Amino acid sequence: MKEHLDLLREMTRIRRFEDRCAELYSAAQIRGFLHLYVGEEAVAVGVVSELDPQDAVVSTYRDHGHALARGVPMDAVMAEMFGKVTGCSRGRGGSMHLFDSGHRFFGGNAIVGGGLPVAVGLALAHAMRGEPRVVACFFGEGAAAEGEFHEALNLAALWRLPVLFCCENNLYAMGTSFAKEHAAPDLALRASSYGLAAWAVDGMDVLAVREAARRATESIRAGGGPCLLELRTFRFRAHSMYDPERYRDKSEVVQWRDRDPIDRLIAAMRPDFTDDDLTALETEVAAEIDHAVAAAEAAEIEPVDGLTRFVTSEVTR
Amino acid sequence: MKTTYREALREAIRDAMRRDERVFLMGEDVGSYGGCYAVSLGLLEEFGPERIRDTPLSESAFVGAGIGAALNGMRPIVEIMTVNFSLLALDQILNNAATLLHMSGGQFPVPLVIRMTTGAGRQLAAQHSHSLEGWYAHIPGLRVLAPATLEDARGMLWPALCDPDPVLIFEHNGLYNLSGDLADDAGPVDITRAAIRRQGKDVTLITYGGSLAKTLAAADDLAADGIDAEVIDLRTLRPLDSDTFLESVRHTHRAVVVDEGWRTGSLSAEIAARIAEEAFYELDAPVRRVCTAEVPIPYAKHLEEAALPQPASIAAAAREVVRGG
Ligand SMILES: Cc1ncc(C[n+]2csc(CCOP(=O)(O)OP(=O)(O)O)c2C)c(N)n1
Ligand SMILES: [Mg+2]
Repeated sequence: MKEHLDLLREMTRIRRFEDRCAELYSAAQIRGFLHLYVGEEAVAVGVVSELDPQDAVVSTYRDHGHALARGVPMDAVMAEMFGKVTGCSRGRGGSMHLFDSGHRFFGGNAIVGGGLPVAVGLALAHAMRGEPRVVACFFGEGAAAEGEFHEALNLAALWRLPVLFCCENNLYAMGTSFAKEHAAPDLALRASSYGLAAWAVDGMDVLAVREAARRATESIRAGGGPCLLELRTFRFRAHSMYDPERYRDKSEVVQWRDRDPIDRLIAAMRPDFTDDDLTALETEVAAEIDHAVAAAEAAEIEPVDGLTRFVTSEVTR
Repeated sequence: MKTTYREALREAIRDAMRRDERVFLMGEDVGSYGGCYAVSLGLLEEFGPERIRDTPLSESAFVGAGIGAALNGMRPIVEIMTVNFSLLALDQILNNAATLLHMSGGQFPVPLVIRMTTGAGRQLAAQHSHSLEGWYAHIPGLRVLAPATLEDARGMLWPALCDPDPVLIFEHNGLYNLSGDLADDAGPVDITRAAIRRQGKDVTLITYGGSLAKTLAAADDLAADGIDAEVIDLRTLRPLDSDTFLESVRHTHRAVVVDEGWRTGSLSAEIAARIAEEAFYELDAPVRRVCTAEVPIPYAKHLEEAALPQPASIAAAAREVVRGG
């Protein structure tokens, strides 16, 4: 029950955080691209719950869920959205580029597929030092059509590197449906053809995701080489705040909303978990978000004379 | 000690591998084959396959893996066979290596070294002969080096590895067999400054990499003609050491830029612009440029030669700025 509550809390934090982000976006307090993860929370939360602090995470532009689940402080994430110096990337990255070295969160990468080779290299360093670490690398099913996906899987499998490839199959790459993306639809099969263990998981069921991640990380830590999970999920909202969603029928979204991963976990926690418990959780999460927003609003911005900082390292050579 | 540019590069790698166990070399055919230009020949036997790491033909993946390993405490040297193939890894080099430090607000430096061959002159035709180092010199966040001498071949790698940020080293394919004497105790060199390779007072010839020897030959030719040329080897293409060439131009009052890259939107254009911005009133003649003709490098020998800067074209340009027309 305690474990379930932790998972529920993390998913709720992400959901409510993003709901607030959408509001703040409409109020023009957050700008740029904003890609929401609503509906996919079980994937980040289930996978990250199986990681150790010394493991590493590589993410995409849809990175709020991964960052929050990983423990990047919500204040720092929200401040980043606001472009403030207290943001987790000091306002250089915004929504798509959350980074946190302390949590070994190696960033939201906005080049589709661009994070996979980097994850392979992070894992290579662990392997060369003989450390039993896992690098969790998240990407969409759209990325599985990129060359970098194929190169990275082959290389990771060839060198038996400790990478957990997490393919979030939400059935759309922007407006391109899965059927229009992939000639062969079985992504796990495709991944297995590179010689790594791969299987599909119900990405709307956080317990199933956690179970799969546990199995995968155990195998990876034991030296079994990389694994790929195809996490079958769905984004309930538009691709980004710019997306008018012309490419799909509302009924498809409604159907998937019936499988909401948060509702599903709550149902599994009944009757021990009561309405009062739920209210208490929502209150706690709302307070955290309120705090993050207030802190972000009050935070300083980077002085403009710091514009060209961090292009190269600030060390005396 | 007698050595070659290739051996000096190899010695630099060997030395770095011995100094620091975090250093390793990875790339296509760096191990069993010995490197496509035989730079790493013998290193596999000495250091083993973990540290002299043959990769599959996956430029993007192994460059990206170099970035990841660098982020995670290693000091990789990635070899890309030639700059032409680096285009398959351009995403990793620009969008990750050069960008992560800034985008992460200073949290993630990428101490990666990438070596690659550049340049024409061996009748390898367009897809093996381009000089794209000027493109890379366009990118904030990278340091771009072009060793043109034995000392620099031997000495640039270690400081590049010590740099906390990504460094690209361009080795001109025509230089590998360059031979000569290198001091027995030759070691790390400065990687921030240009070098004056020949002192002169009449005209400043600014070049780097594979064009240095041609420019020095042109200077000899000019000397026979009574023109005393100063030759500057840029060595570091980014960040450019403008001070050295500007100071030279301030005493010669004339400049010719020699660059194996194409002219349009190029490194040579950058240098000419800096001279115009910083030393315009010192000039006695317009800056001239000798660049590669704006064609994909052709195969036929006479066409390839005609496309590239040559001692004669360099000398002709210098005469023009010294004597006018
Ligand atoms: C290399 C590259 N091509 C195109 C884009 C534009 N783009 C951004 S997200 C996206 C769709 C990616 O879909 P998917 O990988 O399934 O991830 P999802 O957005 O569904 O999470 C596209 C085409 C990009 N950012 N990078
Ligand atoms: Mg998708």
